[in-house]
Parts: sequence; structure tokens; C-alpha cells
Amino acid sequence: MNPFIEIITQPDNIAIVIMIFMVSFFMVWAFQQAFHNDRLLAAGLPVDGENDKFVDTFKPLVRIELIIALVVMVGLTVWSILVDAPLEEIANPTLTPNPAKAPWYFLGLQELLVYFDPWLAGVVLPSLIVVGLIAIPYIDINPKGNGYYTFAERKWSIIIFSFGFFVLWLLLIVIGVFFRGPGWLWYWPWQEWDHARVVFEPFRDLSSVVGVDSRSMAGFIIGAVVTGAYLIGGMVAPYMYWKKNHPEFLTKLGMIRYITIVFLFINMMSIPIKMVLRLVFLIKYVWITPWFSI
Amino acid sequence: MKSLPEITDKVKKNLIWKSIFRRDYRNTVRDRAQAVFGNVFLHLHPVQVRESAVKLRFTWGMGGITFFAFIILVITGVVLMFYYHPSIEQAYTDIKDLEYQVPYGVILRNLHRWGAHFMVIVVMIHMFRVFMTGSYKAPRQFNWGVGVILLVLTFLLSFTGYLTPWDQLGFWAITVGTNMGAATPFLGYQGPFSEFLHITPFNDVRFALLGGALVGGNALLRSYIWHCVAIPLVATILMMVHFWRVRKDGGISKPQK
Ligand code: HEM
Repeated sequence: MNPFIEIITQPDNIAIVIMIFMVSFFMVWAFQQAFHNDRLLAAGLPVDGENDKFVDTFKPLVRIELIIALVVMVGLTVWSILVDAPLEEIANPTLTPNPAKAPWYFLGLQELLVYFDPWLAGVVLPSLIVVGLIAIPYIDINPKGNGYYTFAERKWSIIIFSFGFFVLWLLLIVIGVFFRGPGWLWYWPWQEWDHARVVFEPFRDLSSVVGVDSRSMAGFIIGAVVTGAYLIGGMVAPYMYWKKNHPEFLTKLGMIRYITIVFLFINMMSIPIKMVLRLVFLIKYVWITPWFSI
Repeated sequence: MKSLPEITDKVKKNLIWKSIFRRDYRNTVRDRAQAVFGNVFLHLHPVQVRESAVKLRFTWGMGGITFFAFIILVITGVVLMFYYHPSIEQAYTDIKDLEYQVPYGVILRNLHRWGAHFMVIVVMIHMFRVFMTGSYKAPRQFNWGVGVILLVLTFLLSFTGYLTPWDQLGFWAITVGTNMGAATPFLGYQGPFSEFLHITPFNDVRFALLGGALVGGNALLRSYIWHCVAIPLVATILMMVHFWRVRKDGGISKPQK
């Protein structure tokens, strides 16, 4: 059988196929409503739901809840009749499967392991994601777009969130599920998995690009300077930009919010940056220290 | 033969019926309200809601569907517990028995497995809709935070359930997952700076998660208890808070301009 069909029809992966369809559907629906409301806003008309009347909970709402519950129940039952949950061989600590994949919703994090050491990919970044998500309502000071779909009134927050949600999260999951084979190597859907395949990766570290051994003192300093420049520059540059162009925004934001937003943002952007460094420039580490490497 | 209305009438005048339903339902404003706040399950709802709550367009019903998936998982999970021992001698054969011995055991297990996948999918979509409608904005900031914790708990529920069949899939997924714990800065034996705290494989985060240095019987028991007792308990309490706050924050958000 075609290897891709085989992967897609694996019982547990059917869930991911369902997820792709559901998420795409709701993404389209959300943005369609957002653009619809944007047109209404531009014309000075009330948005959807603004002039809502009240209806009784009993029965209109209770009825629709019952219908949804029945549909979900029937859907899950059909799914359960058609597809059996797999049970693999009994656990065997001496037999490591290759690849050993985490559950699908954690595959985005496992994918990060390609680009970051485990303490970052598995501990620090996930913690920052959770903290960052909780922080959203406190750092987004835009009062508009509260309680209705809109894009025009909150472009940046939607773009940044969507990038995190669809690209850094869902796309990485899809890659982890469908495009990663033995040795966590990339496999196209039409390629057979080859357990003997080894890829010689001529990876280098950042300082070796300019001919300095990344494990030497000079390499350490170069790494520290670049990392420090990214952190400090990342923290300061938006300040300079806003100070010059939108000082009133900066005042409204306040220092604590500013630091939180920019700190979270540069951490988020470190993911695509390291991806590019690794995939395009074949750079593994930016900075190697005796304790950790970035 | 009595006619249907006569029979209904008799049933409704019966002492037992009246003790359960307390009063008759006539289709009046008062009784429609009474039907909601007189019922312990329905009174999660306000008596009246805005039209948007009834149309699917706004919420997609996703929070409610997440909750419903959770209920299905609790019910099928409790039934599964009747057939399952959290020990490495029995766990795997118990699951095999579900397949070959227990009536409808396969369907029971399938419902629990696919229900879990489904819940993870819909909770993510729920979060997406709350974001896209800007419903985390004042006064709902806190409830968004409660939601994020619920999202994490949903992942952890699913993750801890992975090990319970004690097959290769779960064993290695948990091995990969908990190895991350070993990489925790300061507190994992492979993590940065752990040498300053004298952390070894026998006293680090991973050891605490597994109840040992390797995935074994203790890890199975721990994941079982997290999965069946501890996390559902916390998640249930947080869902109560979540629903309560939806009400206290003024119901499903409405356009505020
Ligand atoms: C176990 C998980 C969860 C359950 C059972 C749940 C359930 C619900 C329900 C039933 C509602 C009512 C409106 C609706 O259906 O959309 C709701 C609203 C809400 N949820 Fe959740 N939720 C969960 C997770 C989350 C997550 C992950 C977030 C965000 C990170 C979140 C944030 C909110 C907010 C802010 C509201 C108010 C929305 C509004 O007023 O429009 N919840 N939730």
C-alpha cells in the first residue's frame, strides 16, 4: 500500500484527519464572519448579534443542546463501530520503536526537539506557552472587538495568535504525524520508510560560520554576544519604534505590559528563527556554554 | 380503554410523579422559567438567553460539546474501570479481555479512545472561537485563564491515559514524554544547572513522575491514579468555576463597542 495512505488510515491518525477538516472548517467560518462584520462596521452598521433579542432557555436552547448531544453521540458511536482502537504488543522496555512518537497533540513539542535542546523544547517553551496564553487578556489592551468576530479592529492580535495556533502548533503536529519517520527524518508521503537510512548532516554552530570553534572561549563569546543582542535588541527595538511613531500607545501599555509582551514575542519568534537557521543555514547551536546550549 | 390525555392526567396526579416534578408544566412564561431554575442540571443556564446563544453561528456550541465529550469519557471510563487492574501483570490482558471476553468491550474501549481524541480537538476549537470573538476581554479575563488550565488538564488527562493499556505505544510515548522531565532546568538530572542542586536520576522530576527511575509498575499506578481520580477531580472543579464565571460575567459575550 502507498505509505501515505497507510499512515493516514492508521486508527489513531484518523483523529488528526478529522481535526484537519474540523479546524479548517471553523477557521473559514470564523474569518468569514469576521470579514462580514468588518464590512458592517465600515458601513457604520451594527454587527451580528448587536441587536439580539432574548429568548427562553426552555425550550429553544435546551432543544438545540439535546440535538447537538445526540449528533455527537451518534457520530462517536459510528466512529467506534467502524474503527477499532489499536492495541500494540505488550510493553517491552528492551524493544525501542523507531520513531517513538508522543501522542499527537504533543507532536508539535516533539518537533521542536529538532531545533532546541530538551530543556527548552520540553520544559521552558511549553511553560511559556501556557503562561503566554493566560497572559493574553491582560496584555491585549485593545478594547475593540469584544464579543464579535472582527479582523479589521484587531489585526495584530489575530495575526500573532493565528501564527502560533495554526503554524507553530497545528502545522507542526501535522508534520510530526505525517512527515516524520525513523530517526525523526523527513519522509514525503510517497516515500517508503527506510530504517537503514542515515543522513549525514554537516551541521555547524554559529561561530564556525566565521571560522571560530564554537567550543572555544572566542566561540563562547560570539555566541553570548549574538544571543544577548537578540534578547536585548528584541526588548529595546519595539520600544524605540513605538516611542518614535506611537508614543501614546506606549504610555497606555505601561512598562510591565510592555516587558511581558515583548519577552513572550521574542521567545515565540525564536522558534521560526531557529528553524530557518537550521534548515537554511545548517546551523545547530547559536551559543554553547558548559551548562546549556541554545 | 382510556384515552391518552386521561392516562397522562392520571400519571401526573400520581403521588410519586408529583414528588419528583413538584408542579405541573403549562407553557407559560412562569413555567418556562421554572423549568430552568427548578432543575439542578438546567439551572446552569439563565432563564433567558440572547438569540446568539441559540444560533450556532457565534459559539459553534464548542464549549458545550467539550463538556459533553467529558461526560461521555467519565461514563465510559467508569465502566472501563470495572474491568481493569493497574498492574503490569494484568493491565495488558485486561485490555485484551475487553476485546475478546467482555460483551461490547471493544465498543466501550473505542468510545473512550475516540471520545478522548474528540475532546482534545473540540477544546482547541473552543479556544480558537473564544479568541476570535475577543471573548477573553473584560470582564472575562479570568475565565480565559481558567480555560487555559482546563486545556492543559485535557492534554494531561489524555496523556496519562496513554500508559494504562501497557502496550508498546503507551510505554514509549510515556518514556519519551517523561524524559522531558529529566531535562528540566535545576530539577531534572539532565537539565542545565542540576549539578548545583545535587540532582540525580533518583531524586529528580522524572523520578517523582514515574515513582522510579524507569517506566514500571509504579509509573503505571501513578498514571492510573492521575488519570482516573486526581485530574478528573481538579478538572471537574475548574469546570464548575468556568461555568459559574460564564454566568457571573454576564453570559455569552455580546458585542461591546
Ligand atoms: C474542558 C475544557 C472546557 C470546557 C468544558 C469549557 C466549557 C465552556 C462552555 C460550555 C462555555 C459557554 C460558551 C460556549 O459554549 O462557547 C465556555 C465559555 C468560555 N470558555 Fe470555555 N471550556 C473549556 C475550555 C476553555 C479554554 C481552553 C478556554 C480558553 C483558553 C476557555 C475560555 C472560555 C471563555 C473566555 C468563555 C466565555 C466566552 C463567552 O462569554 O463568549 N474555555 N466554556
